[in-house]
Amino acid sequence: MTVVSTPTTTPTIHEPVIPVQTRSERFASVNVEDFAPVTGREDPWRLTPLSRIEALANGEIIGDRYEVDSTPVDGISIGWIANDHELVGTAGTPEERASANAWGASDGALHVHVTGEDDKQATVSRAGFGSSPRGAHTVISAAPFSRGVVILENFGQAQLTENVEIIVGDGASLTVVSTQQWDDDAVHLASHFATVGRDAKLKHVVVSLGGSLVRLNPSVHLNTDGGDAELFGLYYADQGQHLEQRVFVNHDAAHTRSRVTYKGALQGDAARTVWVGDVLIRQSGTATDTYEENRNLILTPGARADSIPNLEIETGDIAGAGHASTSGRFDDEQLFYLQSRGINPDEARRLVVRGFLGEVVQQIGSPELEQRIHDAIEQELNQGVSA
Amino acid sequence: MSTLAITDLHVSVQTDQGTVQILNGVDLTIKKGEIHAIMGPNGSGKSTLAYAIAGHPKYQVDSGTITLDGENVLEMSVDERARAGLFLAMQYPVEIPGVTVTNFLRTAKTAIDGEAPPIRTWLKDIRTSMANLRMDKVFAERNVNEGFSGGEKKRHEILQLELLKPAFAVLDETDSGLDVDALKIVADGVNRAKETTGLGIVLITHYTRILRYIKPDFVHVFVAGRIAEQGGPELADRLEAEGYDRFLTPANVG
Repeated sequence: MTVVSTPTTTPTIHEPVIPVQTRSERFASVNVEDFAPVTGREDPWRLTPLSRIEALANGEIIGDRYEVDSTPVDGISIGWIANDHELVGTAGTPEERASANAWGASDGALHVHVTGEDDKQATVSRAGFGSSPRGAHTVISAAPFSRGVVILENFGQAQLTENVEIIVGDGASLTVVSTQQWDDDAVHLASHFATVGRDAKLKHVVVSLGGSLVRLNPSVHLNTDGGDAELFGLYYADQGQHLEQRVFVNHDAAHTRSRVTYKGALQGDAARTVWVGDVLIRQSGTATDTYEENRNLILTPGARADSIPNLEIETGDIAGAGHASTSGRFDDEQLFYLQSRGINPDEARRLVVRGFLGEVVQQIGSPELEQRIHDAIEQELNQGVSA
Repeated sequence: MSTLAITDLHVSVQTDQGTVQILNGVDLTIKKGEIHAIMGPNGSGKSTLAYAIAGHPKYQVDSGTITLDGENVLEMSVDERARAGLFLAMQYPVEIPGVTVTNFLRTAKTAIDGEAPPIRTWLKDIRTSMANLRMDKVFAERNVNEGFSGGEKKRHEILQLELLKPAFAVLDETDSGLDVDALKIVADGVNRAKETTGLGIVLITHYTRILRYIKPDFVHVFVAGRIAEQGGPELADRLEAEGYDRFLTPANVG
């Protein structure tokens, strides 16, 4: 086994613990009582401001069904299923307390089901969560050989911890987009669990722009031969905002492929982002082809980006595995080039940021949503990009 | 007559080894419509002169002046210099990920002219210039310099020269890395720009090859950060025959 880089935990003073040495051994349970209350010292929480997530991780939360807004589309059904529905729990199990808290509290799951081989798209808008701490559960499933794009749009107030299960049937091609444009004081914790069927493809896109704290952790289990996962993320943290994403790709079958591309911009005092990218290639993951990258553009002093790629390989027989991470300020040579063409420094910086994030926006695959995200980035830029 | 005048220019650059003096008193006056070739061995300071004119922050002007029609260029920011009519075709143009050539050209043109170009004539201008430079249409939708070959990067620089219509252009080793066909295409572009706008050109090159296609009015030989010799086109012929050896005393080889 080759461990390229392994996350460590800080042992507590009272009971020293040996840090979990491999991602596959992390404890998982649907029962919130199986997790000790979060103190902020646990590895999965050590980069997250505890005060903002404590109510969701350690407190009592509600989990009733809520209002969603969606337009009916042929081949994509949206409705509620009970907790004991056969699909609930098929894609994953909570690995931390806030996720288990949501699991236990939720009264049923919102179920989005995609059928049919034609291309189609449905948008589920959620803007009515209110300010009480609450949990939610969503299941997005794609029937074998079906194709579709499912967009989860998030607006308004929220103190939300949720689980989203994504089940991609054999030969299906599913795109799931989650956009976070919450109000300034919203807190949103999300665990996305995906399984990808034989020769199926999942494209997963996370766009986090608004909210006090957004922590969205997608994990993909490539447990069937030929599965393919592309995970994209775009985030833009302003003053005081905390935007976190912990990605886990679990290569657990032969000829599986994954690409992870997350790009973020940070602007303003105490703007904070965290990206952790775990890729595990198990013994079963022969001929795996994986590459993950995270790029951060730090636009002003006082912002902080954490970027932690981890690659764990348990088989010698892989097609390719790589990772890259960069966090930096503007490239002076890019700015010089643009300025030497008459473009003023402010406009040059906007052009660079727009281009930098645009590479991910282009991946969304829905022209209307791409335009909306472009406009939202433009709004962020208008709040000031300076040297 | 528009004039770009450089007087007794001294330029240094900060390196890990401390401050290194590169230009040691350069005097050069270019009038609109003139083509000046600046030739010299590697490390003689040719590119430093180009960057100093454009205002790259890495290069520190210690003394001397650069004026454009009497205006102090050294007091202008990089973008102000461009808007005043100066253009630098770079030897190593940088990639701008996610910014398409079309978007970049429109933004630059708008900045230089102070207003957006009229859409119909602008698109026609781009198409014509791209066709002249044998650039495929799909080029316009690619990201600036991303994945461009060496020749494509140079053609993209000359495309900007044709579209932005500067009063003076410095071409920094635009010929380097080009095969003869690409060299002719690029040279034609420069000649076309000169015919159309009558701009003044500073053509920086290591080799005399490009001077077969772009005829200089003056040739300056750069050695150790200053002009060691100047003359007409015949000086280029002599360099072609003799090389730079006679300028290189042991003291300034390096």
